[in-house]
Amino acid sequence: MYLYDPVIFSRILTSFTLIFHIIFATIGVGVPIMIALAEWIGIKRNDPHYLLLARRWARGFVITVAVGVVTGTCIGLQLSLLWPQFMKVAGQAIALPLFMETFAFFVEAIFLGIYLYTWDRFKNRMVHFLLLIPVAIGASASAFFITTVNAFMNAPQGFDIVDGQLINIQPIVAMFNPAMPTKVSHVLLSSYMTSAFILAAIAAVSLLKKRKHVYHKKALKLTMIAALVFSVGTAVVGDFSGKYLAEYQPEKLAAAEWHFETTDKAPLIFGGILTEDNEVKYGLEIPYALSILSGNSINTVVKGLDDFDPELVPPLWIHYLFDLMVLIGMTLTTLALIYVLCLVIKKWNPHHPLLLRCIVIAGPLAMIAIEVGWIFAEVGRQPWILNGIMKTAEGATTSKNVDTMLYLFSALYLVLGITCVRVLRKVFRNYPAEEEIKQNGM
Amino acid sequence: MSYEIIGITVLWIFLYGYMIVASIDFGAGFFSFYSELKGEKHQIHPLIERYLSPVWEVTNVFFVFFFVGIIGFFPDTAYYYGTGLLVPGSIALILLAIRGSYYAFSTYGSKNNKFYLFLYGATGLLIPASLSTVLTISEGGFIVENDGQIQFLYKELFTSPYSWSVVLLAIVSVLYISAMFLTFYAQKANDNPAYMIVRRYALGWSLPTIIASLFVFFAINQHNPEHFENMVDISWVFVLSFLCFIIAVYFTWTKQRGGLAFIFVMLQFAFAFFGYGASHLPYLLYPYLTIYDHFTNDTMAITLIIVFILGLFILIPSLYLLVRLFLFDTEYVKGKKE
Repeated sequence: MYLYDPVIFSRILTSFTLIFHIIFATIGVGVPIMIALAEWIGIKRNDPHYLLLARRWARGFVITVAVGVVTGTCIGLQLSLLWPQFMKVAGQAIALPLFMETFAFFVEAIFLGIYLYTWDRFKNRMVHFLLLIPVAIGASASAFFITTVNAFMNAPQGFDIVDGQLINIQPIVAMFNPAMPTKVSHVLLSSYMTSAFILAAIAAVSLLKKRKHVYHKKALKLTMIAALVFSVGTAVVGDFSGKYLAEYQPEKLAAAEWHFETTDKAPLIFGGILTEDNEVKYGLEIPYALSILSGNSINTVVKGLDDFDPELVPPLWIHYLFDLMVLIGMTLTTLALIYVLCLVIKKWNPHHPLLLRCIVIAGPLAMIAIEVGWIFAEVGRQPWILNGIMKTAEGATTSKNVDTMLYLFSALYLVLGITCVRVLRKVFRNYPAEEEIKQNGM
Repeated sequence: MSYEIIGITVLWIFLYGYMIVASIDFGAGFFSFYSELKGEKHQIHPLIERYLSPVWEVTNVFFVFFFVGIIGFFPDTAYYYGTGLLVPGSIALILLAIRGSYYAFSTYGSKNNKFYLFLYGATGLLIPASLSTVLTISEGGFIVENDGQIQFLYKELFTSPYSWSVVLLAIVSVLYISAMFLTFYAQKANDNPAYMIVRRYALGWSLPTIIASLFVFFAINQHNPEHFENMVDISWVFVLSFLCFIIAVYFTWTKQRGGLAFIFVMLQFAFAFFGYGASHLPYLLYPYLTIYDHFTNDTMAITLIIVFILGLFILIPSLYLLVRLFLFDTEYVKGKKE
């Protein structure tokens, strides 16, 4: 039987929009940093290959930015269309970061336009490079501001509730909530990391196709070293995020770890499946690891699921998401480390086909980790839209027609996604780097 | 001045900014496509592209700024408009998404793709039509609240003469504003063939714009007499708007001072738009929502205003730089710097 429930449809539509938007948002945050690195090195070493790298990345980047902008506009307005009750509250408490995000976006938009159309307009190359700094700052700042909004939904503070009304609002306190530091740094670093891996994958594909030009080798070297730095950073912050969860959202951590009984010396379960009577099978149990993750000591007491109201516990399948994210993160860090070792140890070959193949897979894998990590973070907050204050069902629209809108938007994302990939492939296939190098007389 | 007035003024300025820059963009898309059909594309498309490519993303931010700002200052608008506008809002969003991305696909990626150009041109007329419904709805009569349930009356909207007159005005003014802008841009570029084409567009759409505005006046009187009374009280604003129109058309007709002509076009719409906005006050949504009874808390209002002022310190110089590089740099406009 078909039951129309605006809450369910609103949730599905919001997740589709975000899942699609995140791909482009991640690229939008990370790639400007990589372009800046390449252009900087190019100017400093007077190496035209790095400059060309920056230029070609920028050419593809602008196409992904367009999709990022339009889907970002979609989610921005959908928040009000699908979650009007929530936005009424959010407007009272967290309008500040939302507002600041548009300023960051403004700066990014203005300078990206200038950057793209002034490659050869200034005698001093440094002037052109400097134009990229507001782009990179704007991109990271908008991620910062919007993530504080999400952090607020996980750890709402900065107001009092009297008779269902929000009073004594402190916008700054709401923005700098306990979830903010770990969330923001994890989002930023993982975006940089993912973008580095994606660009590395592109270089690896070229090298695997026997395009042996030094240009691709330079691209691979730059991106993989950056990937190593950012993935180590991501892992460190990931550990802090675990400690944050243990303190502020223990039910999320307990659900993610299938940790049923409150205890110290808590083991961490990796993988496995959960039977219907909540028994873990085939899991790999790492003694004490969960206590260490939660508080750096095996004596840390970790709250178990039995201590929570079953109605307020997030779904237990988030365990798989958490594990997948961590697994991908660790694998990719190792991969980047192996590549860098290959550079250091003379006997090892950094362009070994097997290694290159792994790097090709690493790009999409990193993006999957981003998606999985976000789904874990969002579903792990259920049933709340504002943790402990407003349930998701209370924030949703009561409109009819959300189902129709879901189909329309799904079709839109499908079409946009396919065209974007086609256009990108066409741009780079029709004008490969080798040809551009030859034409520029490098 | 009260925070409420400051808030709505800030938002109205941004909506006005969006109206001007988006009109140029939407209209240009249509003209690009139309010129393709008429075999004149090679004459005006490069000109349009030269102007739009560096700025299209900025246009979009004006829009985002407005809808984020209105939720910030007037959180209850999310409740009323959010619930009521699900369908028209989503349709506008889908059109905007198609337009923005296909613009980028055709400009930076697959050049000369006619289908992409068609999407870009068609959405250029559909988006203003769909966005203008929000203004229609704000006049009241299309959203009703029963027992805490917001209901949107589609049938009333689609059969209302007022709503159709607004749609007509939106489309016609988009074409008029953008043709006037392109006339100025072509004149600056010393591109005579393109100038003759876009000047023809501009003059052609000038009279329909005024006629459509008159329609809207009459329709408002029918639909919301209270608002019409307020408009009559400040009728001098609309007279000024009309004078600016005459001057703008005169300059274009006599082929002089393209820049000044466009400034008068902006003034024409500024008077009309702010006159309309001022007479609409204090209502955000007649008769449910005024700017006073559901304003955000004072702390948030002050913080937003402070941030807004600080933001302007970054925004204005940046916009100035953008305009200087791509609008007032004659060499670039002529296509000699790429």
